[in-house]
Amino acid sequence: MSDLILKPNIDDADEFYADLLAAHEGLDKADSDALNARLLLVLANHIGDRTILSQALAAATLKKE
Amino acid sequence: MNKIFEVPLYAYERSPDQDAPSPVRHKVIVVGAGPIGLAAAIDLAQQGVEVVVLDDNDKVSFGSRAICFAKRPLEILDRLGCGQPMVDKGVVWNVGKVFFNDREVYEFNLLPEKGHERPAFINLQQYYFEEYLVNRVRVLQAEGAPIEIRGRNKVEAVGTHPDHVKLEVETPEGAYTVEADWLIACDGAGSPIRSMLGLDFVGRVFEDNFLIADVIMEADFPTERWFWFDPPFNKGQSALLHKQPDGVWRIDLQLGWDIDKEREKRPENVIPRLKAMLGDDVHFELEWVSIYTFQCRRMEKFRHGRVIFAGDAAHQVSPFGARGANSGLQDTDNLCWKLKLVMDGKAPESLLDSYDVERLHGADENILNSTRSTDFITPKSVMSRILRDAVLDLSEHYEFARPLVNSGRLSVPCTYDGSPLNSADALDGPERTRPGSPCPDAPVKDGFLLPMLAGKFTLLTIDTDAPEMIEEDGIEVTRVALSVKDDPTQELKRRYLGNAESAVYLIRPDQHVAARRPNFDEPMIRQAIRRAAGKEHAHV
Repeated sequence: MSDLILKPNIDDADEFYADLLAAHEGLDKADSDALNARLLLVLANHIGDRTILSQALAAATLKKE
Repeated sequence: MNKIFEVPLYAYERSPDQDAPSPVRHKVIVVGAGPIGLAAAIDLAQQGVEVVVLDDNDKVSFGSRAICFAKRPLEILDRLGCGQPMVDKGVVWNVGKVFFNDREVYEFNLLPEKGHERPAFINLQQYYFEEYLVNRVRVLQAEGAPIEIRGRNKVEAVGTHPDHVKLEVETPEGAYTVEADWLIACDGAGSPIRSMLGLDFVGRVFEDNFLIADVIMEADFPTERWFWFDPPFNKGQSALLHKQPDGVWRIDLQLGWDIDKEREKRPENVIPRLKAMLGDDVHFELEWVSIYTFQCRRMEKFRHGRVIFAGDAAHQVSPFGARGANSGLQDTDNLCWKLKLVMDGKAPESLLDSYDVERLHGADENILNSTRSTDFITPKSVMSRILRDAVLDLSEHYEFARPLVNSGRLSVPCTYDGSPLNSADALDGPERTRPGSPCPDAPVKDGFLLPMLAGKFTLLTIDTDAPEMIEEDGIEVTRVALSVKDDPTQELKRRYLGNAESAVYLIRPDQHVAARRPNFDEPMIRQAIRRAAGKEHAHV
């Protein structure tokens, strides 16, 4: 079983980040929050593996283990 | 015309107990003639146990209340001799629709698995459910079974003793005292017995109110379960529409926390809400309106010496998922055969502790599921609402999000994994029939499997030999011999053999698997019988 990747893994990171900002452009707070939530769920489903998802939830809290 | 719930079905009659010089001792007294109390009494009476049911009322439940009955309880009712009238009267449904705001986001079909005698669900008003149980009691009485229902017999005080329970009972003709070897308390979520004994009932309170209405209408809505999140006619809240027999529809509208209940219940306030939901041109008649709040909680343990709690008296869940009456019927199904063995001296009293172990596990599973449904339906924070709405929006476009939508995870029976009555799994067989599992039905010969396994210890053999009858320390086990050839659809093989060539299943009277192996091994089967009767401690 693989572990959550916490090393750089995105091809052309700057381009991705710009896309992320562009997706939110012109949206009010409520619409942006909704977009983030949908994006999160789409990505979570793509990962699927509950172990990885648990590791991701833990990683996002920024707390040391 | 009087509705069934307006007619006394077990009117008060003076009992000889009221004139007895000293308190009469009964074998079992059941308090509460609701679905669970009646099921318990029927189960015991069918086994020849003398039982008296006391109820402070004399009618079936007022209003439809519990309406959704799942397959497993229907199978239990078959064993109690009253499944057929329920299924004949009930409405079978398979399709559900989910709406969000002003649109339908998706439709689902329960796609019930084939090869079961009973449907996945029926909708049936609780008053019919209780009426059919009372009818069954009357049939048993006519056959001479030792069962009695006493209407308008209200328990006012309980005294517990090591070998019996003493009750003070109030009637229209004054009070009397009566005793029982065992008391089964099925007196509902507000259980007076529980309060009289000063027992705990802890859990989580949900700060919400729901308006529940039964309307009679000639409408061409299909026989489907419709659930709305945040609909235009009930902004920020939820709604449910479900069909019952006799053209009665259940409507459930979430109202929120800060409301005036008495005001909301008045027809002049209810009718405009329903018109907004159903449309101005639909003609309907209000049959019953109620407002409920709910909690998810349970007792720390269900057995307190000679007093045993079952159903809502022992555990309470939110209505989402139909886990109230359905789980209560599994309680009494679990309890009654054990109580019979203990009363007959064929099992130690400690067998009853396995009722606690197994049904606490069931209650926890139900509380977990119903709490999760409630948290989805009524988000408790800004972010939980954002996530909930994101799931609903996605579910309209993508299939992946649909399993996350939670408008109630419909009741399925629980598997007693880790029960002290289970023997270690010795078969390379299917997961769903491992020890602790409720036996799944399967078509065999001209009928179905489950009726062959009802109410007694059974040794089910599939394509292997075993004695026709074994007796181990007073417990008789009869064989049911089958072959995979008895089921041309191969469901028996899929559900009970998997990769195995043959199997021997030891099945409890409540149709849960106690042990399984590829073939008959006498010492091991005898040991499994002892363990299933609480006579052996599980290996640690």
